[in-house]
Amino acid sequence: MILDGKAPTGPIENSWDKHRFDMKLVNPSNKRKYKILVVGTGLAGGAGAASLGELGYNVEAFCYQDSARRAHSIAAQGGINAAKAYPNDGDSIRRLFYDTIKGGDFRAREADVWRLAQVSNNIIDQCVAQGVPFARDYAGYLDNRSFGGAQVSRTFYARGQTGQQLLLGAYSALSRQVKAGTVKLHPRTEMLDLVVVDGVAKGITVRNLITGQIESHWGDAVILATGGYVNVFYLSTNAMGCSVTATWKAARKGAFFANPCYTQIHPTCIPQHGDKQSKLTLMSESLRNDGRCWVPKVAEDCDKAPGDVPEEARDYYLERKYPSFGNLAPRDIASRAAKEQCDEGRGVGPGKRGVYLDFQSAIDRVGEDTIRERYGNLFEMYEKITAEDGYKRPMRIYPAPHYAMGGLWVDYHLMSNVPGLFVAGEANFSVHGANRLGASALMQGLADGYFVLPYTVSNYLAGVKPGEVKDDNAEFKKSAEEVEAQISKLLNIKGKKTVSELHRELGKVMWEDVGMARSEASLTHALKRIPEIRDEFWKNCNVTGSAGELNQQLENAGRLADFLEFGELLAKDALHREESCGGHFRVEHQTADHEAMRDDENFTYVGAWEFKGAGNEPELHKEPLKFENVKLAVRSYK
Amino acid sequence: MNLTLHVWRQKGPQDIGKLESYQAKNISEDQSFLEMLDDVNEDLIKSGKDPIAFDHDCREGICGMCSQVINGKPHGGQERTTVCQLHMREFNDGDEIFIEPWRAKAFPIHKDLIVDRSALEVIMQAGGFTSCHTGGVPDGNALLVPKPVADYAMDAAECIGCGACVAGCPNSSAMLYTSAKVAQLAVLPQGKAEAKARVKNMTDALMEEGFGNCTNHYECQAACPKGINVKFIATLNREYLKSLC
Repeated sequence: MILDGKAPTGPIENSWDKHRFDMKLVNPSNKRKYKILVVGTGLAGGAGAASLGELGYNVEAFCYQDSARRAHSIAAQGGINAAKAYPNDGDSIRRLFYDTIKGGDFRAREADVWRLAQVSNNIIDQCVAQGVPFARDYAGYLDNRSFGGAQVSRTFYARGQTGQQLLLGAYSALSRQVKAGTVKLHPRTEMLDLVVVDGVAKGITVRNLITGQIESHWGDAVILATGGYVNVFYLSTNAMGCSVTATWKAARKGAFFANPCYTQIHPTCIPQHGDKQSKLTLMSESLRNDGRCWVPKVAEDCDKAPGDVPEEARDYYLERKYPSFGNLAPRDIASRAAKEQCDEGRGVGPGKRGVYLDFQSAIDRVGEDTIRERYGNLFEMYEKITAEDGYKRPMRIYPAPHYAMGGLWVDYHLMSNVPGLFVAGEANFSVHGANRLGASALMQGLADGYFVLPYTVSNYLAGVKPGEVKDDNAEFKKSAEEVEAQISKLLNIKGKKTVSELHRELGKVMWEDVGMARSEASLTHALKRIPEIRDEFWKNCNVTGSAGELNQQLENAGRLADFLEFGELLAKDALHREESCGGHFRVEHQTADHEAMRDDENFTYVGAWEFKGAGNEPELHKEPLKFENVKLAVRSYK
Repeated sequence: MNLTLHVWRQKGPQDIGKLESYQAKNISEDQSFLEMLDDVNEDLIKSGKDPIAFDHDCREGICGMCSQVINGKPHGGQERTTVCQLHMREFNDGDEIFIEPWRAKAFPIHKDLIVDRSALEVIMQAGGFTSCHTGGVPDGNALLVPKPVADYAMDAAECIGCGACVAGCPNSSAMLYTSAKVAQLAVLPQGKAEAKARVKNMTDALMEEGFGNCTNHYECQAACPKGINVKFIATLNREYLKSLC
């Protein structure tokens, strides 16, 4: 099937404004008759639920954490992009649009990206009005910093806690709506199925994580804002509870999964310390504003203390390879460059999987106090984890799985191919193409939640009779029975291995075979191994406890069961995409100096996969991408 | 290193609960405290016992989910550190470690180390916001906020809502938590319009939810993983007085 993204036609500058006028509205007095379910309360879900509540809709919001404020958006450190052009440095909506398309290696839909760049400015205003304490100068004006993949300063920040502050802004708006009675919160609740009635999304089945009770909820529209899936690698920068479960359950009910192979490996994470590690910690890319990446020029120097390696014996490889962007090269490029140095045997630290991030020249230039002011909390965090002082000795960093550009396929309205099912934020595939630029995830989450969903969901609801399908429909009962059957199946395996042992096994295969560099051989190996691990899981996993109680092992087992199906799709997508683009690097497709080589003739499309049953071949649907405002070019940061 | 743990085990809110002892063996000093507990849980599962339930999520010190009293101190007592950022190099081979949940009337125990913190949500819903509608707001630079004011607001806004201040307080007061939001919004121009109603509504909720009052022990500041300063409680008190005028 050829998919239609339903992007508006005509001049792109006016596309969103014109489209907003063309969309249908719901009469204010009718809004309260509609019920909207929002799953996930991060930036996209929290902002969306609050804004839809403000409009007068009857909103119910669900999250697995004990509070909406704890969604993993909170962990974003560095900042949020906007095309305000306050520094007068040549920025504009068009430039942010262009940088995002180019940064995504020309694999995103133009109109969606334009809309994102356009509303980026509204986001900053909105957050300021909520009381988000963005960094300011002494005169009181908003401050900006630079980020990878851009030559302008367009990143707004709140110390090293921008994600936290933006999420608290959305959470405060949400809290206000809870008080006003338009939003009802369901914390500690996990979505375990999407209810589809006659091909239309009409509700969800959830598990109350405290009592274990399975509940059905009906809604006239369902919004998934459930984040990304990189915990499929086991070790990642995501929170422990982040999973593919909500989006995968929707995929099993017919929603297409787009570009799952586009995963972002973030260059500046703290290297792994041992095999008992449970997660990896990211340090903001903003560190690369002042930190310089290097490794010794010769492998013999790698065991020396960094201070004993003289200047002329150091290889500042990003500055050497990419003189015009230097240490601010985009994430995919910086990550691959770090791997390349380590593969050549010039890595540092335990296992030689690390590179230095050195602040000495910045400290010499602006002083330690200024560096402390800019990144103090990151240096503190680094010291807590490694017991090393980043001011005295270069930090050691290594890439780690961080973000999923792929996600459920959506059209320009953020609606999936299942009518009534909207997908927002990291959970959808829409704007980042094959690689996301830094400080753009916060921008997308809030753009979708504050400024896109309120319009497009209304447009959809205008054609729906409110409450037409409720939870007395037979599909709800069927869905609840399926969920209960799966839980009882998990609890009755009674095998020998723990959930985390099996998750580690999956993660090892994903990281080694489907990680930063992928080949036909490695992907074929992964496609053999993943079903084997899945079989072992269903035969030999030990899920303790019972269904009707707080049971964290059961929660984790359910999430792993979905990763074990999804991981196979990710590897299949990577095998089918015979090109290198952004975060997807196929070793067969590279230039002589190891840069990614796209194949625009054959792969300028979104690959959206239709689930056909576990173990069966999924069906590929394509959405061709048209570039009318940006010229397809080799992405160069040299 | 090898350690002996004494962990609070409680099946549900109605169960009496008790401390049970476990051995943590071959723990590396690079492991985080929660990774040490992961190890203990793996052993418990393999020996057919119920693993210890504890809250955790981001494991990088920002989500506020983790909540354990370690050797009598919320988050273990290391300065500006959540449990998930506490590392085993802070302990010695042979140590005995006592692990308990947050204890406060307003935080009933769900299971083992997991408590119900929804009372903190109610305080926020009572007034922890500015009543701005999505869209229809002025340009971000239309409101000038000089750096010292922005920094003061940011210092207060760092609160992660974990509840350590309540767990550390002899009165189980949530005054530091409440004051951080009151102070952040009171000092910013965009929050001033509703300052009077906000401080009144939030402190009313604080009392209704069963938290105690502040008697200046400053244990909250000592326990706070983000170093939120008690000066914000003084700001709350001033704002409260101003609201009566």
